[in-house]
Amino acid sequence: MTEQRTGAQIMCEALIREGVDTMFGIPGGAIMPFYYAMFEYRDVLRHVLCRHEQGAGHAAEGYARATGKPGVCIGTSGPGATNLVTPIADAWMDSTPLVAITGQVSSQVLGKDAFQETDITGITVPITKHNYLVRHVDELPYVFKEAFHIATTGRPGPVLIDVTKDAQQARTVPRWDVALNLPGYRPTYRGNSRQVREVARLLRAAERPLIMAGNGVIQSGATRELRALAELTGVPVITTLHGLGAFPEDHPLSLGMPGMHGWVHVNRAIQECDLLVNVGGRFDDRVTGKASTFAPRAKVVHVDIDPAEIDKNVKATVPIVGDARLVLQALLDELAAGGGGETAAARAWLAHVREMQAEFQPRHKEVRRPDSAQLMPHDVYAALNRVLNERGGYRVVTDVGQHQMWAAQLLDWRRPRTHITSGGAGTMGFAVPAAMGAAIACPDETIWAIVGDGGFQMTNQELSTIVQEGITNVKVAIVNNGYLGMVRQWQELFEHKRYSGTLLTGPDFARLAEAHNLRGMTVERTDDVEDAIIAAWDHAGSAVIDFRVEREVNVFPIVPQGKSIGEMLTEAPVTPATGPAMAPALAGA
Amino acid sequence: MRHTLVALLQDRPGVLHRAVSLLRRRAFNIESLAVGHSETPGTSRMTLVVEAEDVQQVVKQLYRLIEVLKVTDVTNGPTVEREAALLKVHAPTARRSELLALAKAFEAKVVDVGASTVVLEVTGSPGKVDKLAELARPFGLKELVRTGRIAMTRGAPSVQAPAPEHRAARGDDEGYGGGTPTTAWAWQADGGA
Repeated sequence: MTEQRTGAQIMCEALIREGVDTMFGIPGGAIMPFYYAMFEYRDVLRHVLCRHEQGAGHAAEGYARATGKPGVCIGTSGPGATNLVTPIADAWMDSTPLVAITGQVSSQVLGKDAFQETDITGITVPITKHNYLVRHVDELPYVFKEAFHIATTGRPGPVLIDVTKDAQQARTVPRWDVALNLPGYRPTYRGNSRQVREVARLLRAAERPLIMAGNGVIQSGATRELRALAELTGVPVITTLHGLGAFPEDHPLSLGMPGMHGWVHVNRAIQECDLLVNVGGRFDDRVTGKASTFAPRAKVVHVDIDPAEIDKNVKATVPIVGDARLVLQALLDELAAGGGGETAAARAWLAHVREMQAEFQPRHKEVRRPDSAQLMPHDVYAALNRVLNERGGYRVVTDVGQHQMWAAQLLDWRRPRTHITSGGAGTMGFAVPAAMGAAIACPDETIWAIVGDGGFQMTNQELSTIVQEGITNVKVAIVNNGYLGMVRQWQELFEHKRYSGTLLTGPDFARLAEAHNLRGMTVERTDDVEDAIIAAWDHAGSAVIDFRVEREVNVFPIVPQGKSIGEMLTEAPVTPATGPAMAPALAGA
Repeated sequence: MRHTLVALLQDRPGVLHRAVSLLRRRAFNIESLAVGHSETPGTSRMTLVVEAEDVQQVVKQLYRLIEVLKVTDVTNGPTVEREAALLKVHAPTARRSELLALAKAFEAKVVDVGASTVVLEVTGSPGKVDKLAELARPFGLKELVRTGRIAMTRGAPSVQAPAPEHRAARGDDEGYGGGTPTTAWAWQADGGA
């Protein structure tokens, strides 16, 4: 190709070369040349005009998490770019492959506090895997190639490309044949074979072994290998929040989720186990509780593609840096070669954990308050779980807070990439836009966004985008308790019920949905839950259900912050609801 | 504990910002930092003195930066560590010979002589620079500038970023970010990545 192209055209062609077909963004002055060029490519590059750049960023994350492909979001300079900061930080914490493209003021005025100028590369240094400020058109083909490579390889993550307006406008003959020059970036994929042999030896010798599966299992597509390993050795599997779906929860070896809102038997199993094989998890403090008391009897195997995670929070007896799938495959080969089947000890250990489970996991009682006639959150999840299981073909995107933990606890996770949430950053407002991104990525599936009334009110402007884009497969379930519920719960349990800043009102969400020309429903009675879910599912367009649930229900069990995971609270003293008077919008409905 | 780290960096825009930002965010205290070109064109060499409990975390975090080619903790190895400094000292004629004697004792060069001041150039261990500054102070130390510490290992073993082919063939240096913490063979793959 010897034809001259503008920088903006080169950006579009670079995106197409990287296999991008969908982008989420909002135009503005400094990115206008890119939008001008994009118009020519609109048949192959779908641009989704969002209502806020934060929505665009989360939508790109939802797209990425549903597919494993990099998500692409676009903003202009200044506020457009700073509005992308939250989703970039979110993608950074959850290792989501994301490429953020921002316009920048022209290089002639760069650094002179020009209109809508912000040093976005400076701002995003600590929350991107890498970032670029492109001032010259000739750099564009290489920078895009490198950016996508970095975002999607090794430990995936966000990369930002900031392009000055004059670089977008300038013309050049693009050179696409440049080879990557990244001597300092060589991710390790294959685990060290000596270490793998050592893990095999530990697995054969262990009496109380556990496998912990994290995000890395899903990101590397290792669910088959994980299952094979568990079945070969008879070792039970626990799945972290981001590991949900990595191992089917109806499998006899599945134990459930560990951590702050994990199950008691899972946390006790961690505290009792003599071998903990963590594959692709980073020992987040929400998993470990007080790290110094975590898994005190265990030898710890830590498989992670990022060496910086090894020994960061929990000391590893056997560290393996590598890709989860390749390491598990090597481990399976090693076990097959050296002999390593299920042991009697492993069977006895599993039976012991199941006994603890029978004692401590009356699964649904955890959230049920028997003396209440009102709709309990549990009823929403139980009905949704039934319908999801019956129908299949779904993804669930959750926001952050109580509803998120109930979803993690009470729905049956079976398949990878069906559970999409904001874990590390804990970004309220994630669910609605991320569900929109997932819905575009998976047009044949039904995408359930489960969200609290607090998080919903942070980004529900994207309902307009959903309508404009003709997206029909987003079904929003608002678990509406009129509070910032998780904070209220902490205030109840740890701060003498001082409900400071947590009482929350809102509009009639069903009518808000109707105002968008979406189907809106309000559910206040347990008996109506399932019908509403089915009606929303069958509705030809996207829909919103406002579940007005009992207001002061807590997520149990809970490990108080800073405590050992051995110290779980399984219930609070039962007291009648004593919160402030119901907000008018809720009381009157 | 105080550690001296030598890092080789690909010379790209913003690389110093990234390295410093990372250390700040992880709350590692930088005591001294010196950066300049290395023997390889396009590669900068940074000598860092940091106060850190867990220096392996500093090293591994640095390796997460795309431009970082190699990080070596030279704290315990046999190394030459040097710092250079310029001192502008008040030196009226009456005390000048006294000051020059002091400079001589420290093998400091006189690089400028003015009407009432002299500028001394000294090279040595940070302790030596401290000492000279302390002794020059009673004369009237008008300005002091120090380069920060630079370090080099003694003998043949060198802190160099191996050529990529070389590294892949050796297979002992396949860490994320191009190099690996030298003490931990556990990170290393046995084949190419």
